[in-house]
Amino acid sequence: MSTDALALPGGETLSRPFVDSLHEWVATVDHKRLGILYILYALLFLVIGGVEAGVMRIQLIRAHNDFVSPQVFNRMFTMHGTTMIFFVVMPLVFGFANYLIPLMIGARDMAFPRLNAFSFWLTAFGGLLLYFSLLGANGLYGAGNAPDVGWFAYAPLTSQTFSPGHSTDFWILGLLVSGFGSIGTAINIMATVLCMRCPGMTLSKMPLLAWLNLVMAGLVILAVSPLTAAQLMLLVDRYLGGHFFDTQAGGSAVIWMHFFWIFGHPEVYVLVIPAFAMVSEIIPVFSRKAIFGYPVMVAATICIGFIGMSVWAHHMFTVGMSSNANTFFVLSTMAIAVPTGIKIFNWLATMWGGKIEFKTPMLFCIAFLFQFLIAGLTGIMLSAAPFDWQLSASYFVVAHFHYVIVGAIMFAIFGGFYYWFPKVSGKMYNETLGRLHFWLFLIGFHLTFDFMHVPGLLGMPRRIYTYEPGRGWDIWNLIVTVGVVFQALGILVFGINLVWSYFKGRVAGSDPWDAWTLEWSTNSPPPAYNFAAIPIVKSRRPLWDLKHPSDPDWKFE
Amino acid sequence: MSVTSIALAEPEMTLTRPDRGRVAMFGLIAAEAAIFTIFVVAYLFYVGKSLTGPTPKDVLSVPIFYTICLLSSSLTIHFAARALGQGNIRAFGILWFATIALGAAFLYGTATEWHRLIYHDGLTISTNLFGTTYYSLVGLHGFHVIVGLVALSLVMAFTLLGNVRAEHAERVDVLSLYWHFVDAVWVVVFTVVYVLGR
Repeated sequence: MSTDALALPGGETLSRPFVDSLHEWVATVDHKRLGILYILYALLFLVIGGVEAGVMRIQLIRAHNDFVSPQVFNRMFTMHGTTMIFFVVMPLVFGFANYLIPLMIGARDMAFPRLNAFSFWLTAFGGLLLYFSLLGANGLYGAGNAPDVGWFAYAPLTSQTFSPGHSTDFWILGLLVSGFGSIGTAINIMATVLCMRCPGMTLSKMPLLAWLNLVMAGLVILAVSPLTAAQLMLLVDRYLGGHFFDTQAGGSAVIWMHFFWIFGHPEVYVLVIPAFAMVSEIIPVFSRKAIFGYPVMVAATICIGFIGMSVWAHHMFTVGMSSNANTFFVLSTMAIAVPTGIKIFNWLATMWGGKIEFKTPMLFCIAFLFQFLIAGLTGIMLSAAPFDWQLSASYFVVAHFHYVIVGAIMFAIFGGFYYWFPKVSGKMYNETLGRLHFWLFLIGFHLTFDFMHVPGLLGMPRRIYTYEPGRGWDIWNLIVTVGVVFQALGILVFGINLVWSYFKGRVAGSDPWDAWTLEWSTNSPPPAYNFAAIPIVKSRRPLWDLKHPSDPDWKFE
Repeated sequence: MSVTSIALAEPEMTLTRPDRGRVAMFGLIAAEAAIFTIFVVAYLFYVGKSLTGPTPKDVLSVPIFYTICLLSSSLTIHFAARALGQGNIRAFGILWFATIALGAAFLYGTATEWHRLIYHDGLTISTNLFGTTYYSLVGLHGFHVIVGLVALSLVMAFTLLGNVRAEHAERVDVLSLYWHFVDAVWVVVFTVVYVLGR
């Protein structure tokens, strides 16, 4: 990357020695730069995690393939899952939150800029620690291997007996460290949203993105901490000879599952609520209408946050819980469909009767709506315990949660990338390349994850490194792997678009979308201080008020 | 290019926003409470499930004196923060020091208890499930007392150097929230370990 590329959000394009600007980026406490660092870091890990997925799909392309050994396959699915959740989607979510929230609430920075930098570097070094296992997992021999216990690391697989060496320890420490970073960022986001709003911006006038990220921050605080506690217990077991998850000494393997999923399921909402947030900002602008049902959207989000804390054991129906527990978790899981459905109807109602502009961000959001709906429907299917007994730990489940994480969350985030790229870089992205990315990724996504449901229904378990021919799985696995090629091409086009547009794109101006929230009122890219004068707002759409003084929103809210 | 400023409405519009330090401390306390909840659940889940001795009934005695020390430190820190708010630096210093002394006394109590358990009763973290859960839960709390004492001692050092004044009352108050939390956690740990678990 050239020196100029690094001097981004301040807007100054003086050419300075590389070391100077590098130092500025390493020592920065500016929320915009930290947001960009989070996002670039996540994109790096997106490529790494994508390659790991590719390795698995090549291995499974036909029966009895021997592209990688069973051991390597185990490492690949462990690292793919861990990387994508903790070091791709979470940093993306935090990056966008960091960059956008202060701009959208009319603040000059986050509440705690230094805590912000500290949290980012914790996350960054957490990722490095995880991948350092490749070098350090066998001690000081300079050789090692990646963790191979699966991303939820069930006991007793993680005990010293079954996981000798240090690969599991690097998994624990990497997640522990990045978990501290996540909690720090969540506290920061919460304090920023509650304490840094500009004059006039009451809670009911905040942009939905700020509201939804506030709920996300609350969930991170309550959900990531149990994982931290469980990781500490695992360290006690592995290093101090404790017995928390040691079934030989009366410990319980099931309690690890509870502790993990008390984190694991709210984590899904930690990731998807910021995706909702982006969609809630993009759809109104490209439908040329204010968001439909703002208070209901907020209430539904808080509702999802609450119910989301009480559904975790639907990951554990096959463990053999009591029928009372099963019933509770079936019902709570089904209940969460209600607020989620409310949100989908609100987005549809926002588009209804609007003047829809099918630009790239909107295309991604429309695909999000359909795909999130389907992901939710398979989720309802799996929430029924008897159905889950049949299909738990099959490729049906894998297809379901990839529909959520790729089909919903990643599509929304790609929409966010294109929507805010002009603000962050000051340049307009290339619309043709954007559409090409959209269609390639859409085709690849559906080839991979639509057809992945089928081998699951036919009984193909997840995490197997190969399978027998003649079970009817072969053709579906071939199609699934072919889809990966399209997705990879889509990501390649996306990367080319970002880099090319940054250097060669036309200047975007401060408000290319004729949008309504405060970030579009300042320069693109925004200056270090964000706003020359702290704005004062009277409605949810301050820029609409500014552009239409005769017909302002605040008269009708 | 100039930066557009939006000033649409009358400038008298104000907004009451909470103090960011207080909000952040409550966030931290919520996160810590979640961590402690998991450890407490594990402790309660494993009560009576150890396959070998010693059991809590054999070896634990209720640390009444040191519990009183820790809980009364919540009072001293409360009055210390109030004294600072009133500008009474001398009273603040004395009460603040008393808080540190009471916290340190509590840690000493834990240390003697652990010494007795390890060398006399032969209970270590790897002996049985009771040992694992006991040392983890009490140790996690003790760790928080140590962190609190480090923070309190920093403020004490600044006070002795004459750098703490009445305008710092708000920040000292935020720090005292953390100390109150550490004390409140001890009430839970005490109940779980020494009352319910015995």
